[in-house]
Amino acid sequence: MDNKSRLFPVVRTAAALLISFATAFLIIVCVSKTPLESFYIFAIGPFTKMRYIGNIVEYAIPVIFSGLGMAVLFQAKLVNLGGEGVFYISAAIVSFAAIFFIMPAFIHQSAIILLGAVIGMAVMSIPAFLRAKYNGSELVSSLMLNSILLGVGQYLLNTKLRDSNAGAQVSYKFVPSTAMPVIVPGTKITSGLLVALASVLIVYILLYKTKWGYMLRMSGINDEFAKYSGISTFAAVVLAHLVAGALMGMGGAVETISMHKRFEWTALPGYGFEGCMIAMLANNNPIGVIGASLFVGYLHIGADLVARLSDVPTEMIAVLQCVILLLVSAEGFLQGLRQRWIEQGVK
Amino acid sequence: MEDYILQMQQITKIYGNGIVANKDVDFNLKQGEIHALVGENGAGKSTLMKILFGMEKPSAGKILLSGKELNMNSSNDAIANGIGMVHQHFMLVETFTVAENITLGNEPKKGLFVNTAKAVEFTKELSEKYNLPIDPNAIVKDLPVGMRQKIEILKALARGARILILDEPTAVLTPQETDQLFIELLNLKNQGYTIVFISHKIREVKKISDRLTVMREGGHKGVFITAEVSEQEISNQIVGWEVNIELDKKSRKKGDIRVQVKHLSYYGSNDVLVLDDVSFSVRAGTILGVAGVQGNGQVELIELMTRARDIETGQIKVNGKDIAKLSVKQLRDTGCSYVPEDRMRQGVGADASIKENVISNQYNKPPYCQNGMIQQKPIDDFADRCISEYEIRCGSSATNLSMLSGGNMQKVVVARECSTNPAVLIAEQPTRGVDIGAAHIIHERILKLRDAGSAVLLISADLSEIMRLSDSLIVMYDGKIVAYFENPEQVSEQELGLCMLGSVKHDPKQIRRIVNG
Amino acid sequence: MENVLRAIFTTDFFYSIFRVATPILFASMGAVVANTAGVPNVALEGIMLLAAFLGMMFSAISGSAFVGLLAALVGGILCAGVIAFFVLYYKTKMILSCIAINTLISGGTVILLYMFTGDKGTSASVASKVLPNIEIPLIKSIPILGGVISGHNVLTYLAVISVVAVYFFIKRTPVGYHMRAVGLDANAAESVGVNVNRVKVLALLISGFLAAFGGAFMSMGYVNWFSRDMVAGRGWIAVAAEAMGQTTVIGTAIASLLFGAADALSNAVSALGWSSELVRTIPYCATLIGLIMFSIRTSGKAKGRLKTNIARHEKAKAIKLNTLKKS
Repeated sequence: MDNKSRLFPVVRTAAALLISFATAFLIIVCVSKTPLESFYIFAIGPFTKMRYIGNIVEYAIPVIFSGLGMAVLFQAKLVNLGGEGVFYISAAIVSFAAIFFIMPAFIHQSAIILLGAVIGMAVMSIPAFLRAKYNGSELVSSLMLNSILLGVGQYLLNTKLRDSNAGAQVSYKFVPSTAMPVIVPGTKITSGLLVALASVLIVYILLYKTKWGYMLRMSGINDEFAKYSGISTFAAVVLAHLVAGALMGMGGAVETISMHKRFEWTALPGYGFEGCMIAMLANNNPIGVIGASLFVGYLHIGADLVARLSDVPTEMIAVLQCVILLLVSAEGFLQGLRQRWIEQGVK
Repeated sequence: MEDYILQMQQITKIYGNGIVANKDVDFNLKQGEIHALVGENGAGKSTLMKILFGMEKPSAGKILLSGKELNMNSSNDAIANGIGMVHQHFMLVETFTVAENITLGNEPKKGLFVNTAKAVEFTKELSEKYNLPIDPNAIVKDLPVGMRQKIEILKALARGARILILDEPTAVLTPQETDQLFIELLNLKNQGYTIVFISHKIREVKKISDRLTVMREGGHKGVFITAEVSEQEISNQIVGWEVNIELDKKSRKKGDIRVQVKHLSYYGSNDVLVLDDVSFSVRAGTILGVAGVQGNGQVELIELMTRARDIETGQIKVNGKDIAKLSVKQLRDTGCSYVPEDRMRQGVGADASIKENVISNQYNKPPYCQNGMIQQKPIDDFADRCISEYEIRCGSSATNLSMLSGGNMQKVVVARECSTNPAVLIAEQPTRGVDIGAAHIIHERILKLRDAGSAVLLISADLSEIMRLSDSLIVMYDGKIVAYFENPEQVSEQELGLCMLGSVKHDPKQIRRIVNG
Repeated sequence: MENVLRAIFTTDFFYSIFRVATPILFASMGAVVANTAGVPNVALEGIMLLAAFLGMMFSAISGSAFVGLLAALVGGILCAGVIAFFVLYYKTKMILSCIAINTLISGGTVILLYMFTGDKGTSASVASKVLPNIEIPLIKSIPILGGVISGHNVLTYLAVISVVAVYFFIKRTPVGYHMRAVGLDANAAESVGVNVNRVKVLALLISGFLAAFGGAFMSMGYVNWFSRDMVAGRGWIAVAAEAMGQTTVIGTAIASLLFGAADALSNAVSALGWSSELVRTIPYCATLIGLIMFSIRTSGKAKGRLKTNIARHEKAKAIKLNTLKKS
């Protein structure tokens, strides 16, 4: 393929982003009484203060974990949307560890993150085996688990963790030593970022430099071809789920002890679904997940600012995400242009 | 001009992955003739006819029917213009009945619902009119291949086709069935139909066609009156040079038994036996060919041997080991390789690179993998060696497999399977849909393996391939081995065809001799 | 335990099964139609939510429940049309399109709710309408059965009718044949001139239409308000029901009723004072367990067949040996 054809995916993504921003503008025009000002706040606002830029990175951290997990699952051609439930129950259970135990800070935090990974793997093992051994839809089983784990987590919150002295539906305070240290002064960015970046590196190496990653990717590309080559698709499915579970569980744990002083989620946080979009934007590449997460963080902070300073609800970001998702993954989008480029290149 | 009923002018087709399938092709049909479209696999014949049948749109060029330009967006338009197509891979809904398939898209109605009785009646009348007897209520997946082809032809005729395109119709037929088909085609020609006959089999083309058009590498190389050209001349036009496809086949050297199949019977999901007490052996240094019309148990036999299905009764031993409980990986580790019939679904990962494809059976072994880490340099070197040894036409070993032609893809599969110098090679339709050059390379490689002492089990519907390569030959019919030829060079195609049809069966004592290989 | 049994074996409970299963039945029938044509619609959740919202909004604006229902149906069809456009024309992967649409509707309905009522949580401040319940004369007087069958919302009866309609549509009409052909072997269908894309689009539109009924029921059948994310996973339960029914109408309908029963059970049991958070998970647990059992059983079938065949071979061998001995 010549250079023009190789440029095509970039052009298409750029076009998709342009259209989605235009959509954002449209929504703002419909809802806000001061559209131009609101749009400025949305698009440029996040860069105007150091604190906001910090917010972008803070938002990106849990979403990197989720995006990584979804990237691994997508590369194995698995559609498992159970990230939500894993994030939630992981946060709920590590809260126990953060409330009722005393340990030196570093050990406490490491133990909590590890616990999150273990919880995630345990949860994901259910859809993993159902799919690997019995070919049961991991999509449906994971979605059911989301709702089930939400209920269980809420039950734990209301019965065991609830701080009756606090006004709201929150848990007891975490032991202060569990709070992950801030590494960028002036922001709330904690060492959780380092854990996230380390995870990116590990997943990258796993997928592209180890035999397990090869096995996982080939199973995703064509499971019959993998089977006939002697690759265990069973192992690939289980591995993908466990890795994704560990990542999502860590994400929930890191987010809890970085950004919160109590367990206060009463609904599914939304990071799991975001992971889908991020993995897709990053083309399932672990390194790309970083950029995609920051971009999504930027969209969120923009939407937050607009919601706070004017009258546009934060839910507009759902509309944006949908538009981006549809256009970027649409192979037929601008297909006519692409076909013409290819024909020109051949001549 | 002359009485052309159909003209295709300067047709060009460029696919989305950059492949140029047709370039400035002209193709003209006279009313009432049988016109052969010849060329090797990958020359562009199928693409040209897909365009004629409305399944693809040309990137450039136009089609004229009786002088009027056609603009077709779907096969519906082609059918409306009296163009019908019988595809190489049958397009029948397996779980529907014959009548449902024939009336699909044009169902007789009774109020809001389909009138099934009328559909059956219509089908009966149709089969009587064209003398192609079939049972309207039979379910397609229960029918043999020759029968399915009849349904396909009837389908096209039922929709008013005046121009019939047949894509490699004899690929799945025995010599006798081919003769029968030719009688039917001449019958249709006499009734005024025009027939396009796509084939790469020169002898058949000589037999049946009035004129022929040669295609090569996406372009057309000439139109000829069949009676005025010889087979050699046609062959030269197809390949572009005097091709010497002689294989250097040394005499066989029988070694010890590497594959032993004993009393294998199998039901699968059927009520009747798909395999009935099959026993044979393959010795090192020999090629055992398995001939037979598609659907007589060959596929199930291979699936049982490659662990895609579980054995019900009987025993299969590969390299001395009973394989009943082995995983695919364990089977491969005994020294067994497999070239599958369906390369897209079982042989390759189309979205992976050539190098990722070529080590899929060795990815976790040294030197390609140490301590769980993939060693990229040995892999790259190996892939480059394969590319040069098999003359694989590609950008580099990092090229995505979907960019390769069918022949080059198959070379990647064969390279992978043969490079481990397996003690046993199972090759299923190894050169199906592959151009002559690639087929030659693949044949040479299989022979090289055999000369070095591998035992090869070759299953093929290509009679010339199986007769040239095999050291000994068995024929399967109705799940049983019905013939065993110790010297295939001395067998005629006619004789082989009769065995494939089940009309001639060898003495059981003769057949039992293959148990010892 | 006794309390639970006492709560279940009442006409009220069995009545509630049909009531609660209504949205799931509609949506699962939509899933059957779409899957038959080979375009599995997993955006049913989003379509139902959209329909629920539009039903509420337009019935409030117009003062007529019927207009609300119409708006819901139009919304469902349009939404399915958008999905069809992206999947068939722009070649987006189905699962991604559906995730996108579900996300869009989940957030979009909140935005619209806010714009319409000024509240981001529920529409209780707005007087939207409810579709009528129907008492069937004669039947309602039958003891026990009458209480279960009569008095349902008109949509509940429509749901049952839709099961019958979908059955005959798929099995006996020409379009149904085309859809089955397209789903089984699109190439075969195309070769006879069936417009594969048109059939797929039609299947998606029908699935959107049916799912919209289910969504309308949520906000206009039993209650008369809309709240954010009120469909609460019923669209996904419908998808599971269709998988378990293996794309057959009858199997899917039965699975839907079973999941409806689980949902009804959680309602009945919550009145007994059990922890509401855990009780709410009953339908999802039931679906998960159902999926597990179904998957195990399906994969077990292959093993079962193997065993049967092995036995057949043994028997044949024994017979052969016997005849040899005799001769």
